[in-house]
Amino acid sequence: MSVSRFWRKIPQRYNLIGTQCTTCGRHFYPPRSLCPDCRRSGKIVDHKFTGEGTVVTYTVIRSASDQFENTTPYVLAIVELDEGPRLTAQVACLPEEAKIGMRVKSVFRRVTADGESGTIHYGTKFVPVE
Amino acid sequence: MRDVAVIGVGCTDFGEHWSTSFRDLFVKAGTLALEDAGVSGEKIDALYVGNMSAGRFVEQEHIGALIADYAGLATNNVPSTRVEAACASGGLAFRQAVIAVASGMEDVVVAAGVEKMTDVGTGASVDMLASAADREWEGFAGATFPGLYAMIANDYMHRYPLTREQLAQVAVKNHENGSKNPIAQFRNRITVDTVLSSSLVADPLRLFDCSPITDGAAAVVVVPLERAHEFTDSPVKVLASAQASDTIALHDRRDISTLDASVAAGKRAFAQAGLTHKDIDLVEVHDCFTIAEICAIEDLGFCKKGEAGRLTEEGATALNGELPVNTSGGLKACGHPVGATGIKQICEVVTQLRGEAAGRQVDAEIGMTHNVGGTGATVVVHILGA
Ligand SMILES: [Zn+2]
Repeated sequence: MSVSRFWRKIPQRYNLIGTQCTTCGRHFYPPRSLCPDCRRSGKIVDHKFTGEGTVVTYTVIRSASDQFENTTPYVLAIVELDEGPRLTAQVACLPEEAKIGMRVKSVFRRVTADGESGTIHYGTKFVPVE
Repeated sequence: MRDVAVIGVGCTDFGEHWSTSFRDLFVKAGTLALEDAGVSGEKIDALYVGNMSAGRFVEQEHIGALIADYAGLATNNVPSTRVEAACASGGLAFRQAVIAVASGMEDVVVAAGVEKMTDVGTGASVDMLASAADREWEGFAGATFPGLYAMIANDYMHRYPLTREQLAQVAVKNHENGSKNPIAQFRNRITVDTVLSSSLVADPLRLFDCSPITDGAAAVVVVPLERAHEFTDSPVKVLASAQASDTIALHDRRDISTLDASVAAGKRAFAQAGLTHKDIDLVEVHDCFTIAEICAIEDLGFCKKGEAGRLTEEGATALNGELPVNTSGGLKACGHPVGATGIKQICEVVTQLRGEAAGRQVDAEIGMTHNVGGTGATVVVHILGA
């Protein structure tokens, strides 16, 4: 991903900051600037998530794109945050530890390095809650 | 609106075309379709070309113009438009052609699809295909396209009684059909064991659960039904053309293992045609992964959620079954040149309805196609009748 495209989302990726529609109360992560329910009558404000959630589904990626090739195998999951929204993220655990319904919490981790520019991309991963 | 008919189809061999260029692939398919339709170049009013990612696979954009030029149509100044909706690009190009003819705006229209995927390495093509999903919030985290469908499969198998063996049966059936299709990339029969002993790509999906990387092109010619007999004695009527959208990211779906866009497009198509599931004699569905065929059969309403695995195992979707699914071999065995797939599906149904499918021929008067972009963010469904 280009450096500028990554930089634009640094606050959101680093701090798990999404948005909330104060009209209907719905939370969004990844952040949205337009509420799909209220559309233009929705008022959107930033919202920092607690980072706790549950694995909805997952897989173990064993064949990746070039950028992620040397980190395989890795666990990729759809996590439902306790506030409601879902996101796609890696879970830092062994493949055999992953399961649907497991409780996880967010951590700040290195996600990948851009092959061409060498930029290290940090972001949110999850770890199992003991 | 006017009724629309398909009067000609053409398809290249699907596979690895090391010595054929992107543009030459299209020219071959286009020429076959025009010959089949008995149409000469000067009769063509417009061209719609489905293509997902020539900019990355062959580093060429401005595909509409390129195709018009090499099809010999630039000298006539024929309008040519590229249509993009990831793996649904072909189906959508067909829909644009149908809309153009139905509206009365254009009369003789070519809808085509083309993709040349083998000029780049596997890691690069994995990355390009991942762009059919949400690059910033799925791809960034390391999601691959097989990985996203694998998450659908795990969710599905957690909630419904689908066995790993039943999933493998989808690939076995589609290879059996592909073995009877001369253009198919894979014409070898396989067993459940072949699938289950192939390498894991993204758990629980293995290599033989996945459609391959493919080069290929397909083209069809559509005209107003009232003019079809100027060209052919066996026009195939377009009974419905429906499209639906859903969220780009899988994590935002209402239900991870139901493609709501398939449900919506399917319902719209049945309503347009005034038909029910019982009227459909065969269906070409988007089986980019084995789990996708299971979901498609259910989401289009051919059975209840959770039943497609059992029906596949029992042979209901085989060539001689109650509802033949993917008589061409599907994306799995026929191959999946992403932009061309939706047009190839139309070609297969037309070929079946005309009774020209030889060893894989089924008894059919009405057929359906189902073409998915990404993990279900775009779905295009067509119903065709002899
Ligand atoms: Zn709202």
